[in-house]
Amino acid sequence: MSEPISALPGARHDGLARIEEAGLQGMITLRGDLATKPVKAAVAAATGGKTPGLRGVAAGKTGTALWMSPDELLLLCPYDEVAQRLEKVTAALGDAHALAVDVSDARAMFSVSGPAAREVLAKLCPVDLSPQAFAPGVVRRSRMAQVPAAIWMPDAQGFRVICFRSVARYAFDLLGAAAQPGSAVGVY
Amino acid sequence: MLILTCPYCGVDAEETELAPGGEAHLKRFGPGASDEEFRDYLFARENPKGVHFERWRHAHGCGKWFHAARCTMTLEVFGTYPAQTTKPPKAIREAITAKRPGWTWREFE
Amino acid sequence: MSTRIANQGRLIDRSKPVRFTFNGKSLQGYAGDTLASALLANDQMLVGRSFKYHRPRGIVASGAEEPNALVGLGQGETFEPNQRATTTELFDGLTAQSQNHWPSLEFDIGAVNSAFARFLPGGFYYKTFIHPRAFWKHVYEPFIRQSAGLGKAPKDRDADTYEHFYVFADLVVIGGGVAGLQAAKAAGETGARVLLIEQTAHWGGRAPVDGGEIDGMAPEDWIAQTLDALRAMPNVTLRARCMGSGVYDHGYVLGYERLTDHAPETAGPRHRLWRIRAGQVITATGAIERPLSFAGNDVPGVMLASAMRDYAVNYGVAPGRRVIVVTNNDDAYRTAIALKRAGIDVLRVLDARTSGGGALMEEAKAQGIRIDCGRAIAKVTGGKRVAKVAICAQEGQGAALEEVACDAVAMSGGWSPVVHLWSHCGGKLIWDDAWAMFRPDPARAPTGADGRPFVTAAGAANGELTLGATLADADAAGKAAAKSAGFKPRRIRTPQGSVTDEAPLVPVWLMPRAAKVELRAKAWLDYQNDVKVSDVQLAAREGYESVEHTKRYTTLGMATDQGKLSNINGLATLSEALGEAIPQVGTTTFRPPYTPISFGAIAGEARGAVFQPLRRTPIHDWHEAHGATWEPVGQWRRPYTYPQNGETPHDAVMREVRNTRQAVGMLDASTLGKILVRGPDAGRFLDLLYTNMMSTLKPGKCRYGLMCSENGFLMDDGVVARIDEETFLCHTTTGGAEHIHAHMEEWLQTEWWDWQVYTANVTEQYAQIAVVGPKARAVLEKLGGMDVSKETLPFMAWADGTLGGIGVRLYRISFSGELSYEIAVRAGQGRALWDRLTQAGAEFGMMPYGTEALHIMRAEKGFIMIGDETDGTVIPQDLGLGWAISKKKEDYLGKRAQQRSHMTDPTRWKLVGLETLDGGVLPDGAYAVAEGTNANGQRNVQGRVTSTYQSPTLGRGIAMGLVLHGPDRMGEVLEFPGTDGKISKARIVDPVFYDKDGEKQNV
Repeated sequence: MSEPISALPGARHDGLARIEEAGLQGMITLRGDLATKPVKAAVAAATGGKTPGLRGVAAGKTGTALWMSPDELLLLCPYDEVAQRLEKVTAALGDAHALAVDVSDARAMFSVSGPAAREVLAKLCPVDLSPQAFAPGVVRRSRMAQVPAAIWMPDAQGFRVICFRSVARYAFDLLGAAAQPGSAVGVY
Repeated sequence: MLILTCPYCGVDAEETELAPGGEAHLKRFGPGASDEEFRDYLFARENPKGVHFERWRHAHGCGKWFHAARCTMTLEVFGTYPAQTTKPPKAIREAITAKRPGWTWREFE
Repeated sequence: MSTRIANQGRLIDRSKPVRFTFNGKSLQGYAGDTLASALLANDQMLVGRSFKYHRPRGIVASGAEEPNALVGLGQGETFEPNQRATTTELFDGLTAQSQNHWPSLEFDIGAVNSAFARFLPGGFYYKTFIHPRAFWKHVYEPFIRQSAGLGKAPKDRDADTYEHFYVFADLVVIGGGVAGLQAAKAAGETGARVLLIEQTAHWGGRAPVDGGEIDGMAPEDWIAQTLDALRAMPNVTLRARCMGSGVYDHGYVLGYERLTDHAPETAGPRHRLWRIRAGQVITATGAIERPLSFAGNDVPGVMLASAMRDYAVNYGVAPGRRVIVVTNNDDAYRTAIALKRAGIDVLRVLDARTSGGGALMEEAKAQGIRIDCGRAIAKVTGGKRVAKVAICAQEGQGAALEEVACDAVAMSGGWSPVVHLWSHCGGKLIWDDAWAMFRPDPARAPTGADGRPFVTAAGAANGELTLGATLADADAAGKAAAKSAGFKPRRIRTPQGSVTDEAPLVPVWLMPRAAKVELRAKAWLDYQNDVKVSDVQLAAREGYESVEHTKRYTTLGMATDQGKLSNINGLATLSEALGEAIPQVGTTTFRPPYTPISFGAIAGEARGAVFQPLRRTPIHDWHEAHGATWEPVGQWRRPYTYPQNGETPHDAVMREVRNTRQAVGMLDASTLGKILVRGPDAGRFLDLLYTNMMSTLKPGKCRYGLMCSENGFLMDDGVVARIDEETFLCHTTTGGAEHIHAHMEEWLQTEWWDWQVYTANVTEQYAQIAVVGPKARAVLEKLGGMDVSKETLPFMAWADGTLGGIGVRLYRISFSGELSYEIAVRAGQGRALWDRLTQAGAEFGMMPYGTEALHIMRAEKGFIMIGDETDGTVIPQDLGLGWAISKKKEDYLGKRAQQRSHMTDPTRWKLVGLETLDGGVLPDGAYAVAEGTNANGQRNVQGRVTSTYQSPTLGRGIAMGLVLHGPDRMGEVLEFPGTDGKISKARIVDPVFYDKDGEKQNV
């Protein structure tokens, strides 16, 4: 009964795009000097991959690193491995000045997929979501209507959206409204 | 609605992603400062018609504070640069001079 | 009468009849009709009443410039007032009502205003409603209220949905006439991302009606061919029914797309607001024909010549059977020819120019149309319909030479480029003498973020009114704008439009030139606002020299049409009256939107459930299931109280306080801000942020701290826990989490950027549950898993561990004065822990409590609340919080400010407790009055109530307040008048009402 639950377990909406709450996702906020060895080692420890460059997404063997700001990454890994990864991250950081903290429960994550996914998000985010401007490999922090959000494309089929946990219902309802039948824009 | 390029993440951010932070390059005065110094630090602000330096935060983005040099008349943006400086960088000042020869702003020119 | 005519109507489909109603009358039109064309086809020329005089008004125009034909569309939850019949596409089941009349369109009582027209001159409102003062409420206001406002506001909630769409383009072309099409094509060929938007459902604009040839083709064929070419370009997006509403700074353009107005049964949003960022903008918005100012030019049946041509050619409608055309330029001959071709009697063309026109006049003459040069209309007579026209010489006072019976008049005063979108963002205009019009000045275009021009006007919108010139200009504009956007123009051929030999226009601002005053007083400039030539002349005589002032004084160019027809005629009239040239008088400012857009489109998706974000804690659903009433705190919803078994909220709050004080309560405190601050300089940093010393705090311990702004005012408070040598966790108020985190980052990034500190806002990582009351420890011990004894976990300490098998961080802190634990748990297990606590607490009588009980308990203890005791003008010293201000520190944010004379003034009001003499509750925010009155004759004051509650613990009303010399006046009684006139008396007491020595929380 006390197993952790995500913000909106099982929430799903099928409209122009499929909106799904993505379930439990391990997330570690890592702040530090991204150019230094300890930080790169910490990223490798958490994701088995490289440290992403400016606005980049770096998928590793065991996780993904998202560039959040010049001194901040969001490291994604399986939810139940967060504690163990965080230990490895902390060990890799050693004495370096850095901050690594588990934020898995602070956020909600959605997947937005289907041919109209770009348009659904383009109704809510002031971001150029055309295929020539937005493709897998980049992450964008912006706002989704009235709340902060980060979006990226794990693959060509769809998007991941991260927002704060407390507004998960708002975000889900927003995405659902943007995907309402008959509202295809037909641009992308 | 303005667009400013965040010098940290390179995004051309529209105004709804940004939060304004007032005049740039203020020097902090704390305990020991005279009443006049402290008053000016807190309240005395430029209100130029033309070249101006401002602070902005990429609030709905990378979260970083940066500076923008722009014209309050035409809204032309001469450049943006990181906030970790006490004066406008040379490149920015030269860019302004190219467009607005003879400009001055507070102690800068 | 106006009727449908055979063999005409390129836009209608006669095989598809459409039923609609107008003022309850069932009528028939065809698919492709506008509401205006369908009304005219049913001989419904009278469509509304004017704003001031309630004069009968007919359809004047055929597009967005229409000032008269405003109707209420739909019913109930789809009702919308002030919709232009000329831009409303007809659909089956459309219902429309005319506006501005009572009791009916045909018979209107307000029309008596017209009889008193000479008492309602320009500036009437300003002159009349001044004296006597007593008339304001009972005479003037009812009069103004009754006559103010166009149409009726909808009463029901709008049933439709709306949305926004963010899109980015190298180039946006506004207007899908031949100029817009060619500009888009020229730009599209370069590979630039082009978005072409057109406000109507049709491409090609006026060209198919106006005729001529493009590259040897009929305009219609050229349009079809160009559309095919554009649709084949993957980099070009075309959008019909999408109006360019406004052009704003840095290439921001709003497009207003009407998705289902023409087909309301269709699924999906009704309107979509396109929020476009464009590198370059081309305004190919065409031109609008000007009326002529002659007496009776507002009688239904007087129309713009181009509109009459549109109705005949596009919709197969004859607005009249016997038509007189009056003009000062060649274009109106196209109308004469088109009407003649449609089988309508063109009785006369009155050409105000003594030498008449060019090739088009010859063509009309060849068709057998009578043309009288140097002639004008002295006066149109008719009530609800044109009956006859008195003809006079243009150069004269209007003595009638002849009267001709007719049923419609087509007028043309020349053309004005639609410069609105060019002007929105600062584009300037120049006066073109040859065409008597303002046109965009390419040397003074709107400039963008890089300081370079970003708007180009093209075609008729740029003042190039003939087909050949329009196309050449648009082609050049498309290429140039694409180049400005960074693309290389390709050398493609410029289409050749036919060139007609036109005679110059002669400006006619008043017809006849020296019209007598009784004619001028019936010569309308602004149909919608009832402004006549005589009103503008009067304004000039009364000293109004600025066109902006004259606009406001006379109401010329106001309301929904914003003077699309009246602007130039009005300012030409003003300039003549002032004896100044038109360019010197200038124009009023063009502001977005081009035509009104719906509120729904502006709001977009933000309505109903997603009107604004509503933040929920991980335990929200439990609160909801247990009948919580809610208190909004920022965007959070927190339980205010949990009424049981029909309790009133007040009774529930009293019970919750008593239960917590006597047994144990639990509170969802998840909303409190939690910010992690880490680094070698973290202690030093927090010492500057908080008024007290944080760097001396030991790991494992907690300390209450105050944060002030640099201006000295108290902005937030909370408990700081030191996690390890380099790490602190700062708790903020519920409302403070985001802005305190931002505040920290601001100082770190912009002032102390060389300090080694990182912060992270981890507020939502945790659910936090307070377990409060004498039996709190027993409840936690029942759950088991960690030592919660006083010895191991004393007051103001924290520890990590497990409770009931769930990992937690446990804080011994108290905001109630009771034995209290705050349990932080990962948010995903927040609900699970809450449920376990509920079960474990049952045998101890544990109940949840809400924010109001929390507030009462903290007030009983004299604890301040940010936002109650503080309001942005209060410093910690006012609140007796000197103990939380370090004397040792050289500096902290706010310290210097608190040394200013006003901050150290002994007369600042200070915090005290207040105890009512009768045990009642003081009104919140009430002021304590002092002797005497101030300069405004108001009672002097000496304090105010900041928090006030019924305390169930003490069985009486308690309050806190800020009082002049308060702490030195213990025992004194103050008087607090309420808004009901009743005076409450309260004694000044210590603010700590309960457990003054703090024994209960430290057990």
